Amino acid sequence: MAILVDDNTRLLVQGITGREGAFHTGRMLESGTNVVAGVTPGKGGQDHDGVPVFNTVQEAAAETGANASVIFVPPPFAADAIFESLDSGMGTICCITEGIPVHDMMRVADFIGTKEATLIGPNCPGVLSPGKANVSIMPRDIFAPGRVGVVSRSGTLTYQIVNELTQRGIGQSTAVGIGGDPIIGTTFIEILGKFEEDPETECVVMIGEIGGNAEQLAAEFVQKEMQTPVVAYIAGFTAPEGKTMGHAGAIVSGGESTAEAKSEALRGAGIRAATNPSEVAELVSETLGG
Amino acid sequence: MDLYEYQGKELLRSYGLETLPGIVAGTPEEASRAAETLGGTVAVKAQVLIGGRGKAGGIAVVHNAREAEEAAGRILGMDIRGHTVRRVYVEGGAEIEKEYYLSITVDRAAKKPLILFSTEGGVDIEEVAETKPEAIVRTHVDPLLGLLPYQVREIVFAAGLSGDAAKGVGRTLNHLYEAFEGLDASLVEINPLVLTKDGRVLTLDAKVTVDNSSLYRHEDIAELHDVEAADPQEQRAQEVGLQYVKLDGNVGILGNGAGLVMSTLDVVAQAGGEPANFCDVGGGADAEKISTALDIVTSNEQVESVLFNIFGGITRGDEVARGLLSAIERSGIELPIVVRLDGTNAEEGRRILAENTPENVHTEETMLDAARRAVELARGTRDSNGGR
Repeated sequence: MAILVDDNTRLLVQGITGREGAFHTGRMLESGTNVVAGVTPGKGGQDHDGVPVFNTVQEAAAETGANASVIFVPPPFAADAIFESLDSGMGTICCITEGIPVHDMMRVADFIGTKEATLIGPNCPGVLSPGKANVSIMPRDIFAPGRVGVVSRSGTLTYQIVNELTQRGIGQSTAVGIGGDPIIGTTFIEILGKFEEDPETECVVMIGEIGGNAEQLAAEFVQKEMQTPVVAYIAGFTAPEGKTMGHAGAIVSGGESTAEAKSEALRGAGIRAATNPSEVAELVSETLGG
Repeated sequence: MDLYEYQGKELLRSYGLETLPGIVAGTPEEASRAAETLGGTVAVKAQVLIGGRGKAGGIAVVHNAREAEEAAGRILGMDIRGHTVRRVYVEGGAEIEKEYYLSITVDRAAKKPLILFSTEGGVDIEEVAETKPEAIVRTHVDPLLGLLPYQVREIVFAAGLSGDAAKGVGRTLNHLYEAFEGLDASLVEINPLVLTKDGRVLTLDAKVTVDNSSLYRHEDIAELHDVEAADPQEQRAQEVGLQYVKLDGNVGILGNGAGLVMSTLDVVAQAGGEPANFCDVGGGADAEKISTALDIVTSNEQVESVLFNIFGGITRGDEVARGLLSAIERSGIELPIVVRLDGTNAEEGRRILAENTPENVHTEETMLDAARRAVELARGTRDSNGGR
């Protein structure tokens, strides 16, 4: 088992002929992902790495039965691409694009409420279920199939932690990068809920950072709703107030948004919180062993 | 992107918000002329991109041009929480009956705009939220529908307003929401919004933050960016597309990926050191980009050692190592550099570094060891420089 993407995923790539889209489509195909279609307006009829390209998502979905999409469309057009995917019935949508205006994302988030769909991102590395499907820009070589679910606001920090898990012989069920923007389609709680329901996920690693209060809401959820143990890590203790630390959403703006407040909330909810990335793998190892 | 009060007000005026007449001044003489033009009692207000200017003495109410000149002379050049005052805003006076608070922000958890209105204006809203939460009216707006007339009525009545106040605040709310949306703002805050004795509702102070990601469609606002107020290293990093934030310590830090770099800063602090900066060089192993980043990090004179924390993902460790060596060579840096390389092909990468590195470059396998080493080396540099 896995969450969000697996052997049944029929993937469509929006922006397949762009530099990033083309490069990562190749990598997703190499990982054995079932990439059934690509979309680039005006380039319908071509093919890319053997994947047929269509002008619209609607057409691609009708022709190929695509049920998930991944978006590599530049920021000014990315919200429109998400709307298009939503309107064409995609069940899982991963938006990799960084730099989408916040107001565009508020409108997208509003519209999703009317659809049966899960949006991951934007500004995220995507979703990878080792051995099943790779709908991401993550380096697949560091992953191994297994029983630890990973959910994170950060890309490379996820890679760092996954790599240490794999080196200890601990595989992953699914790794989900939920994105570093202030407004994202899916937050910790929804992913934690999916891992809780997945019988093969025995432990979840949650990687948070400064900004917002998603970690506090997650802590409450874990305490009330989850049996599966969670190990957490928060980055950004040394971040100054009012400065954006790389991710648009990583900014300390008082009270709840600090790393201290988040760690405190996690520990208060009985969640084991590591003080550095390497300790995460140790804590997971202990959790699974005991 | 944060805007100065005078810039924010000018933008808000274009959406129909009412303000007092005001003139920007960069010298005491200009302030004197501005006061004369405006006439009567005026306020001389420091223009800085940080709160707390009132408490810091950055606002003066004066009665004539001579006093305005004196006040500007005192306020210009003042340091307010690390921000130098280079301009004042000279603004006309008004007879105030009542002060309110009004803001619209992006509520990240609700994923919607959030309006906050309070009849307790002119004070810190976080304080009001703690001591008198019932005095704050909170309303979420559906971004696809916009602010609806009934919501405006709800806010106004919940706050207990009537007459001129109700009408004026209602009108202000509508205009402010239009501005919030039209400017792609992540924050518009009016504190205080005032009711004057003659029944007008005026924007007395304005804080406007525009979403950086939207600046491509607001060229006029992007041009307002104050290059002089920015830290020179931050400014240069921005120009070359690097994510860089300057801090106060002496360990320069670079890495790939915002989360990993933030975490590196934390680990350096845990090892007893003080990070000098945050710098995300992004993916890939582009030697030119890395050497520019190294250059920016080490141009901060406080930096006494550099920690480079790289995770090789799609770009393999051996490619990263070659890119890094070429970047170090190109930049000609003599400060001690600690490199920690992990991820895909990390061993190969470390071997390449070990065989080819100049004397000032040290390699470590783990983040913790690398952080400890960088902190020690920073101390060593300081000692050999006679405690600089």
